[in-house]
Amino acid sequence: MRKSDSFGLFIGTGMLLLVAILIQAHFVARADLPLLQQKAAVARNLGLTDLCLSTEARYTRHLSQSDWHAAFQSHPLALDHFPSGSVFAPPETLKKSHD
Amino acid sequence: MIRSIEKQRNILDFTLSSLWRRRGKNLALLVVYTLVVFSLGSVMFFTQALKNEAAIILRGTPEIIVQKLVAGRHELIPVAYAQKITAIRGVEAVKDRLWGYYFDPIGRANYTLMVPESIDLKDNEIVVGAGISRVRQVFRGNAMLLRTYDGRPISFLIKGILSPESELLSSDLLLISAAGFRQLFGVPRHDATDLTVQVFNKKEIPTIAGKIVNTLPDTRVITRDEILRTYDAVFDWRGGIMIAILAGAVLAFLIFAWDKAAGLSAEEKREIGILKAIGWETTDVLQMKFWEGMVVSLSSFFIGVILAYFHIFYASATLFEPVLKGWSTLYPAFSLTPFISGYQIAILFFFTVLPYTVATIIPAWRAATIDPDVVMRY
Repeated sequence: MRKSDSFGLFIGTGMLLLVAILIQAHFVARADLPLLQQKAAVARNLGLTDLCLSTEARYTRHLSQSDWHAAFQSHPLALDHFPSGSVFAPPETLKKSHD
Repeated sequence: MIRSIEKQRNILDFTLSSLWRRRGKNLALLVVYTLVVFSLGSVMFFTQALKNEAAIILRGTPEIIVQKLVAGRHELIPVAYAQKITAIRGVEAVKDRLWGYYFDPIGRANYTLMVPESIDLKDNEIVVGAGISRVRQVFRGNAMLLRTYDGRPISFLIKGILSPESELLSSDLLLISAAGFRQLFGVPRHDATDLTVQVFNKKEIPTIAGKIVNTLPDTRVITRDEILRTYDAVFDWRGGIMIAILAGAVLAFLIFAWDKAAGLSAEEKREIGILKAIGWETTDVLQMKFWEGMVVSLSSFFIGVILAYFHIFYASATLFEPVLKGWSTLYPAFSLTPFISGYQIAILFFFTVLPYTVATIIPAWRAATIDPDVVMRY
């Protein structure tokens, strides 16, 4: 087999795998929809406001409920000492009050 | 046409042999390039999946939340405020919510305590999330000891464990009765954590929210739309880790581009000189360099994207876990629904494959136009 044929085969397989991933993702997302709606019902019934992505600090546990004083609560120039705090963007309510 | 294809195959054959001759350098390049695509792809898949999942799940959140602020901080709100809000035209119902945090020294974790409206619990009964059950090793029917605000231990009976499927919402949740909550935290009967407001016409939510703030100036309101938008922009590119990953990727590309734009190595130049001396045209050399760039970038792109997909959706985003977990001991075990599209893949392609291919062609064009005699003398 020529080297160009092997490369063509490799790229062809890569493309096929990508297409397979897109198709599989589409069907998994469709199959998961009832489960997601069930989770939405849990949020509605319990009155939940946030996803539980991180539990280390209250402003990353309840992102949408955080207030101005949470992030830099130790002293005015304190850097955020919770790793998750360096990933999440501030909530809309706080951004709104700066507009 | 067939002749042209055959020519390209011959050039590709030669390119692959040429790459293999310098396999050490090229394999290192392939690994770094794959890592760049992998990290960018992982961030893209993770954030997109999370945004989509949040958009569906959080549709069920309260329409308006009213919280009292004292000296800039969230405080307990008097239940009597509900009457003033109910008097606003368009308000359907106002309910008080009781929720808070409890640090458990045994599990060394923070729990979210909440009084559910939809579940009937006796004063000494609780329902815990799957994460609490895992951390504390407690199960249905077990007793769980919690300490009150004044240090007294109270034993609660675990009535049930919340479904592990909903861990993304309820992993650290501890549902408790109103009487149990007030006893635990010493919250007076006439106070609540915040109030939720339901309105008749959903289009009036912003207007009613404005009226609430006017009526009760010491409060702030959070609307459902703001909660949804918070999660739509949850991962900002300015966030610490995001900018670190993006900066890493940009720097890696700068190194690639610098390596290519600084010119070809003496060996590569000599190779081009010999090829031109034996009859290769400048266009042939350019085609060879184009294929060289395509081989490296396409291979890295496919491997990187496929690895990123499995990392996020089948390995529970293991590499991001330490960042989200941080210093906490309780971390939800969740798997995300793969919300990916051809558009995302195309964006990734344009940001990774194209710059490299372009960076390869320009110095090759400079070298390919040099007189072979000059190149071979060195």
